[in-house]
Amino acid sequence: MNTSAITLDSVEKSFGAVKALAGVTFEVNSGECVGLVGHNGAGKSTLMHILVGTLAPSSGELLIAGKKTTGDWSADAARLQGIRCVFQELSLCPNLTVAENTRIIHRNLKGWGWKKRASDLISQKLDEIFPGHGISPHDEVADLPIGKRQMAEIARAFTVTDGALRLVVLDEPTSSLDAVTARQLMDFVKKATAGGISIVFISHLLGEVLSTSDRIVVMKDGRIVADNAAREFTRDSLVAAMGSQAHQATRRRTEVAADAPVMLRAKPITGGTAELVVRRGEVIGLSGLAGHGQTRMLLQLYGKRHAVVNGPMAFVAGDRQSDGIFNLWSIGQNITLRSLAALRRFGVIDGQRERALEETWKRRMAIRTPDINNNILTLSGGNQQKALFARALGSDASIILMDDPMRGVDIGTKQEVYGMIQAQAADGRSFVWYTTEIDELAHCDRAYVFRNGSIAAELAGADISEESVLKFSFAEAAA
Amino acid sequence: MIDRRLVRRALPFISLLVVLLATFYVQPRAMSYFGMNLMLQYAIPIALATIAQMFVITVNDLDLSIGPFVGLVGCISATLLYSNPLLGVLVLILLIVVYGAVGALIHLRNLPSIVVTLGLSFVWLGIAVLVLPSPGGKAPVWLKSLMAFQVPIVPFPIIAAIVIGLVVHLALMTSSYGVIGRGAGGNGKALTRAGWSMLRTKIIMYMLCGFFGVLSGLCLLGLTTSADAHVADRYTLFSIAGVILGGGEFIGGRVSPFGAVVGALTLALAGSFLIFLKISPDWQIGAQGAILIVVLALRAAVSFGEART
Repeated sequence: MNTSAITLDSVEKSFGAVKALAGVTFEVNSGECVGLVGHNGAGKSTLMHILVGTLAPSSGELLIAGKKTTGDWSADAARLQGIRCVFQELSLCPNLTVAENTRIIHRNLKGWGWKKRASDLISQKLDEIFPGHGISPHDEVADLPIGKRQMAEIARAFTVTDGALRLVVLDEPTSSLDAVTARQLMDFVKKATAGGISIVFISHLLGEVLSTSDRIVVMKDGRIVADNAAREFTRDSLVAAMGSQAHQATRRRTEVAADAPVMLRAKPITGGTAELVVRRGEVIGLSGLAGHGQTRMLLQLYGKRHAVVNGPMAFVAGDRQSDGIFNLWSIGQNITLRSLAALRRFGVIDGQRERALEETWKRRMAIRTPDINNNILTLSGGNQQKALFARALGSDASIILMDDPMRGVDIGTKQEVYGMIQAQAADGRSFVWYTTEIDELAHCDRAYVFRNGSIAAELAGADISEESVLKFSFAEAAA
Repeated sequence: MIDRRLVRRALPFISLLVVLLATFYVQPRAMSYFGMNLMLQYAIPIALATIAQMFVITVNDLDLSIGPFVGLVGCISATLLYSNPLLGVLVLILLIVVYGAVGALIHLRNLPSIVVTLGLSFVWLGIAVLVLPSPGGKAPVWLKSLMAFQVPIVPFPIIAAIVIGLVVHLALMTSSYGVIGRGAGGNGKALTRAGWSMLRTKIIMYMLCGFFGVLSGLCLLGLTTSADAHVADRYTLFSIAGVILGGGEFIGGRVSPFGAVVGALTLALAGSFLIFLKISPDWQIGAQGAILIVVLALRAAVSFGEART
């Protein structure tokens, strides 16, 4: 079935002087899963925003089932054509329940008994995609952990009331999902495409893209640089097409002496008897299924509750939008925030030293911006995250706590940050790093596997592997 | 373990009960049909103004003009509506339309609602003084008899409060369009992406605020039977405090209509309570503020333990 579901023809988009898209022709056939990869800032998000009608292209055409669209292409028009999107930043209303959020995208969920119908609709879809999800349609979204929120949003995008579902854009759908739920989603994507739904799948996890997509499109600098059947690509050829060298995750040297001073020592208040110990210069991974107490452990450490802490700490947030950046501030202000106390002179902030700190860390983290005084939101997601790292690393902290900071960050940026973490650890800083990507544990000296709020296992050096982490994550019958 | 969420939801009702019991304790004679009627009748216009404020708070804005607006409605109703009912009704409808236009202006120009409505409050007050330079006027007869309405056994203000809470609850909390209104406060971007118009949503919410402001003004006039431009100046802060006391939050679209009504009743009762305690009027506003702080501190304490991973 090689009928075109939707085609973007020679689409261009400029933001002021910046050309985000330079003539892109992008086609998705019905029943096809197209993987879309590229660095942050390659133009993927812009292209998808045009596709779903939230951005208007500067020029170019959009065809649906071979027919040119007439009139204005808007979010409403895209909705009527059966085009949905799961955006990278979650687009659920936190103050509403899961069922109420379902109502928002369905005009005809109204009148008597709409709540019941909405609840049934979303529950059914959640059961279909994520068996054993544990989400009630009456749960308020704000009360759900981020992984479950993402599950609810994905399920919502696949709900159908009136009008056929034509295309679903999944933008980093697995960034907050653990391995099991991510697998469930991949399986569902295969089922949905078999049913004739088209899917655009955007992810930085190349393994996922390779195994799930029928075809892969690679973008770079606002253009499509490769477009081929998925089986023609390998991980290395994809990375090469994206324009950065393939990095094999290198195992970190374990040179930290066993008698190095202990910086942190704590038992999770959420349960268990096993203790977490962090020595000077160590990189410690927190692992396990998402939401099993890793973030709470970090918060416990940061709050110094029932914990021995021998040094100043800094926290790198994973949920950038809600816990990390200050939307209205400049990049520089976002960076220096954690160091303002140290930048004081006669009780006021020393502008010169502040500027110097900003420039140093812009250079060291290679934050891509023409001016450090620009608003933080002018940066792409990956660069915003770099600014958050700069905030922590530029401070006097000797212990850095990281809450899954690489969520939705492109591979090039990740490599740069990994290198920075290694260098800083060698200089004697300690890192406690919660990550949902098992690959990242390769950068850790030791890793703690969490299960149900307690530490299920401690792994060191070569023992850290996907296999062992999964083994301890599931050692007991997982709830 | 006690469900903290439940505790937080119940807190406005518990606060009301505590203030009510305290009032009965210092003045047992208030514990009668007549006493309750007398104590609570002025809570009804406050409750309506609080509901009006709640619609604006739902979409993350704040209306600092609701008090003078209620005063203006009273002045117009005591003059124009009394002498020329048709014209009076038209003017009141026009006021609601103006509210919608202000909502549109705030949304389109991305203006801070606090500044716009603060400016607007002086406009309302100015018009009110022009309409009725000195206290006076007459309430329409039907309005007076409506507010003097009595039902057996249960005092009328209590029934009115329940009806107001219920109607608004059905509209905002359970109807499918209420979801859109609250969603606009929770995540406007998500709403726009789903193809809803934020502009239209804000206009409707502001017009609802205007509508309940008009109801509040009419009620108040029915009770006082003559109008004064300044009669409701304190309603602005009462209404905001009522929404917050009732479990609402300034941003994020979290509101509770029943809570707001209960919050308004609590504030009105707190006034009577302080009078019964013979606290001098100079201290009353401060004492009322203290009660507010105690309740909000309790809520913060309850919310503090709510785990957020």
